[in-house]
Amino acid sequence: MNTKNLIMEVKDFDFTYAGVDDPSLKQINLPIEKNKITAMIGPSGCGKSTLLRAMNRIHDLYPGNKYGGEINLYRENGEKENILNLKKENDLIRLRQDVGMIFQKPTPFPMSIYDNVAYGMKLAGVKNKSELEGRVEKALKDAAIWKETKDRLNSSALGLSGGQQQRLCIARAVALKPDVMLFDEPTSALDPISTGAIEELLAELKKDVSVVIVTHNMQQASRLSDYTAFMYLGDLIEYDTTDTIFMNPNVKLTEDYITGRFG
Amino acid sequence: MGGKLFKNFSFFSATLSFFILIGIFSILFTYAQDSIREFGFDFLGSEIWEADEDDEEIGIFGGYIPVIGTMLSTLIAMVIATPLAMGIAIFLTEIAHKTLVKPVSIAIELLAAIPSIIYGMWGLFYFAPIVQSTFGGQGVGLLTAGIVLAIMIIPFMAAITRDAMNTVPDVLKESAYAMGATKFEVIKDVIMPYSKGGIIGSIILALGRALGETMAVAFLIGSVMAIPSSITDPTTSIPVLLANNFSEAQGLEMSSMYYLALILFVVSFAIISVAKFYFLGKKVK
Ligand SMILES: Nc1ncnc2c1ncn2[C@@H]1O[C@H](COP(=O)(O)OP(=O)(O)O)[C@@H](O)[C@H]1O
Ligand SMILES: [Mg+2]
Repeated sequence: MNTKNLIMEVKDFDFTYAGVDDPSLKQINLPIEKNKITAMIGPSGCGKSTLLRAMNRIHDLYPGNKYGGEINLYRENGEKENILNLKKENDLIRLRQDVGMIFQKPTPFPMSIYDNVAYGMKLAGVKNKSELEGRVEKALKDAAIWKETKDRLNSSALGLSGGQQQRLCIARAVALKPDVMLFDEPTSALDPISTGAIEELLAELKKDVSVVIVTHNMQQASRLSDYTAFMYLGDLIEYDTTDTIFMNPNVKLTEDYITGRFG
Repeated sequence: MGGKLFKNFSFFSATLSFFILIGIFSILFTYAQDSIREFGFDFLGSEIWEADEDDEEIGIFGGYIPVIGTMLSTLIAMVIATPLAMGIAIFLTEIAHKTLVKPVSIAIELLAAIPSIIYGMWGLFYFAPIVQSTFGGQGVGLLTAGIVLAIMIIPFMAAITRDAMNTVPDVLKESAYAMGATKFEVIKDVIMPYSKGGIIGSIILALGRALGETMAVAFLIGSVMAIPSSITDPTTSIPVLLANNFSEAQGLEMSSMYYLALILFVVSFAIISVAKFYFLGKKVK
């Protein structure tokens, strides 16, 4: 595969949770293409979230987990960096600004809509007020929530609906101009209309960022993604273009899962 | 059926406690009448507390000293206790290793359960000499009382604050870390605002407790009717004055003590009401 188009690459990756003997992920190999949407599917407990949470090292908030192998992040200049080698807190902070994450439940911070979106930029040291205002507006527009919020930027983000809160969280992450955004079942707590809005948004977002999305919903994966990885019991069973995975998978297990024979 | 019974019972208890409150207020108010009529609001500004030499039934009584003593000892306690209690709560929820959290939490809950007279005795025999050799003064006084009061309310405040901080969902903290926040920033920007209601509630409840504390302070404040001119000076407080003088007082002095009790009651009641209705009642969304 042409590495020029990769933004991230998981190589021979193992992961073991603290206090657990057996690895939850075994020898995972997964390329993440630039400006594409890569979906991870698989039955509950197969390790999708575990893999996603390794890609921004959020696992490191809890001590004692063990990583093996490599997860490389490709920089603008073509250099690659194995993010598993990062040790200093500052390096992890930089990583998390480059690799954003959206969770299953919307997680607005207990502050105003404006402050939610400006938060990451302020942490990153952006102080100029007009720059902040400009980027907040742009992020809210990019996340398709500007119209609903422009007249109430100073009111609490907790007053938004669930779907709006989730788009706010996306805006908050987008504002940092990340290279990659990781979504862990971002619509599974939302109603169909909000889900539709988020899916449209993701399709727009991939112009600017590379997207990795974990989803339970097979239709969502097939509608939305360019590539799909099927995982099962801590193994990556098959990775290919979404069309191939859904129309013509190579592995019997993938086919069984796609056709709903288990899961 | 059971639900209805329970509902009736709760209604009954709620009404009963309301009537008890009204009852206490009316009794204090009635017995304080003579003093209120005699001294009015000037009571609060007058520092003389003297029965007439010839007639024990009358005299001049002013509440300035015990009111000031109560306020200052409580203030000292709050200034010391608040940051320490916050620190303990943050340590327990965000910093301490798992194996440490349990024993420290248990220790804190045990400390909160110690009767206040024990704090008073410990304070008098062990702590007062330390305060004396460090800050001067006579050992007993405002500072000693304030510090021991602080030690008494810290566990209580820390426990409530910790409980409030424990309600912050992990995923909310994770999303702040995922934006590149440091631990300090997560504590400041997410955990503190999210648990604000509980934190302020714990401060106000602790304040109410410090205001009304009698036994520990009685051992430590010096129990003299004197305006403190320095922080280590002995003085007195409302509950201490009441406890010390109640058995002998009569006439106007007795009525003035009811006046003081009424003041303490109203202030504590106001504080607790603010805590309950404003901070604790407001849902933390
Ligand atoms: N904090 C943890 N400690 C130990 N094991 C965990 C932890 N979180 C998840 N696991 C285990 O790791 C496996 C993968 O979980 P997860 O990545 O959450 O699956 P998925 O997201 O695909 O549903 C499961 O077997 C789960 O029980
Ligand atoms: Mg999951």
